[in-house]
Amino acid sequence: MARQSTYTPTYALRTVGAWAVALLLFFPLGWLLLTAFKTELQAIAIPPELFFTPTLENFHEVQERSDYLHYAWNSVVTSVVSTLLGLAIAAPAAYAMAFFKGKRDKDILMWMLSTKMMPAVGALVPIYVLAQKSHLLDTQLALIIVFTLSNLPIMVWMLYSAFKEIPNEILEAARMDGATLWQEATKVLLPLSLGGFASTGLLCLVLSWNEAFWSLNLSSAQAGTLATLIASYSSPEGLFWAKLSAASLMAIAPIVIFGWFSQKQLVQGLTFGAVK
Amino acid sequence: MAYLQLKGIEKFFGEHRAIKGIDLNIQQGEFVVFVGPSGCGKSTLLRLIAGLEHIDGGTLSLEGRDITHLPSSKRDLAMVFQSYALYPHMSVFENMSFALKLAKVDPKVIAEKVNRAADILNLTPYLQRTPKELSGGQRQRVAIGRAIVRAPKVFLFDEPLSNLDAALRGQTRVEIAKLHRDLGATTIYVTHDQVEAMTLADRVVVLRDGLIEQVGTPLELYDKPANQFVAQFIGTPQMNVVPSAQLPAAAMPLVPPGAQGGSIGLRPETVVVRQDDQGLVRGRVDLVEALGAETLIYVHTAEGAQLVARQSERTHLSPGDAVTLDVATGQAHWFDSSGRVVNA
Repeated sequence: MARQSTYTPTYALRTVGAWAVALLLFFPLGWLLLTAFKTELQAIAIPPELFFTPTLENFHEVQERSDYLHYAWNSVVTSVVSTLLGLAIAAPAAYAMAFFKGKRDKDILMWMLSTKMMPAVGALVPIYVLAQKSHLLDTQLALIIVFTLSNLPIMVWMLYSAFKEIPNEILEAARMDGATLWQEATKVLLPLSLGGFASTGLLCLVLSWNEAFWSLNLSSAQAGTLATLIASYSSPEGLFWAKLSAASLMAIAPIVIFGWFSQKQLVQGLTFGAVK
Repeated sequence: MAYLQLKGIEKFFGEHRAIKGIDLNIQQGEFVVFVGPSGCGKSTLLRLIAGLEHIDGGTLSLEGRDITHLPSSKRDLAMVFQSYALYPHMSVFENMSFALKLAKVDPKVIAEKVNRAADILNLTPYLQRTPKELSGGQRQRVAIGRAIVRAPKVFLFDEPLSNLDAALRGQTRVEIAKLHRDLGATTIYVTHDQVEAMTLADRVVVLRDGLIEQVGTPLELYDKPANQFVAQFIGTPQMNVVPSAQLPAAAMPLVPPGAQGGSIGLRPETVVVRQDDQGLVRGRVDLVEALGAETLIYVHTAEGAQLVARQSERTHLSPGDAVTLDVATGQAHWFDSSGRVVNA
């Protein structure tokens, strides 16, 4: 076969196409970034100003007016605790199904996943009432419980696929070597599936951090997460584009940076079992 | 009193009765081999002894203590797996010391024991490597080393050589035999390879369909098989078993009373091919396999029986040649119509 030139028309077309899609996807985020550093006047100027003197005024104001750190702390606590709690519950479930196979494993896994298919709003009233009656409205605990439960199916699935990669005989060898269940889990299973735990944890951290529906409905000033903070900059006080952008940027920055550094683990976790 | 005693051991997989009541006594220091075709339950039986599968019926006792429902970790047995099952995240040293570390043995003693085992198995230069940096044969030796540092009550081997190539398999087989002689440890070894069974075992247990067909020393099984299955399973090439009707009556002067209408079994070395017409059985050569030290000649007789003869002399015969056969009926095995042995 003759070697093809790299610069064929199809190749050029594909390159242009790829760039177009990438820019389209990045545009809202890029615009958000720009707007966050504009004044409110610049933000609504028509035609839009591409060149301007950046200002940090919006960030100061967001922190002063609504205590950014308070909301950020709530986000950190709810997402980290719900992720750890979820891992602790999902790991034994995944262990049981991966290493002690039963006839109904597939059905149970499907059933778990099916709970994710119901729209969250369908459960809003009962959950709201439950939270109210147990005096958990606007508490971190309420959000932690809801985040944990709603991420649990995904966690079980991901850990299950991670565990399936480990030959059962290695665990049996540990048992023969005198390991108790706890030693088997901590000295053999955990080190061998560390990648799986990392990617599962990372994904759920991101999902909890970005969660808006339950945060908005179950929390406000006390336990509100960054999602609540962003929302507070839209309707009630009129649309302040620059401040809204600054708040959004501050809300997503930690998780975007975090995701950037951990994307290798994330991708690995999502393709478990897919590529051998 | 037996060291390891199996009494009426049973195992069900759903409705399927995989192990159908096994009774077996194993003495201390004995090398016992479970052998049988695939699916006969030999690996399952080993896993039941190891505690990796739940025993559904019967009792298992070690040194007089009932261990039927004791978890694997408390049985003090060591197992070498077919896939080696080394811990991939640990070095060779850590792999071999894992059990002792769990047992909270003094680190100095651990190092001493591991170094001694590594020395025996020629693993000393590799102690700091991880399993993936080792060859198949080296991994195999680490798996054995992991078992011997513990000095367990019984060694269990589950087809340990089947992942090795032929040359290495022979070599490792010799090493295992030597190791057993030096350590004198009670050993149960599962294989489907009857050569391994014959060369390693003090006693061989032949299994079929979850039942013991026969237990005995390798030569007992070879010389006095209890039935047609064992007779044909042990020995290569297989024993010739032909319906007695397919041999001329002149060749079989003394058919024992119970074997009328049954079969006759002839080891290949008791069939002699003659190039003259003095033999009692007439036939033609189908195939000649010249292996150097021995020659196998496959013959079909005028009556339609297939026989193979083994001789140490080489031959000029080729397929299609007419020959006659001498059969040493004095050394023949007789089977009734259900395959049980009939004593002459």
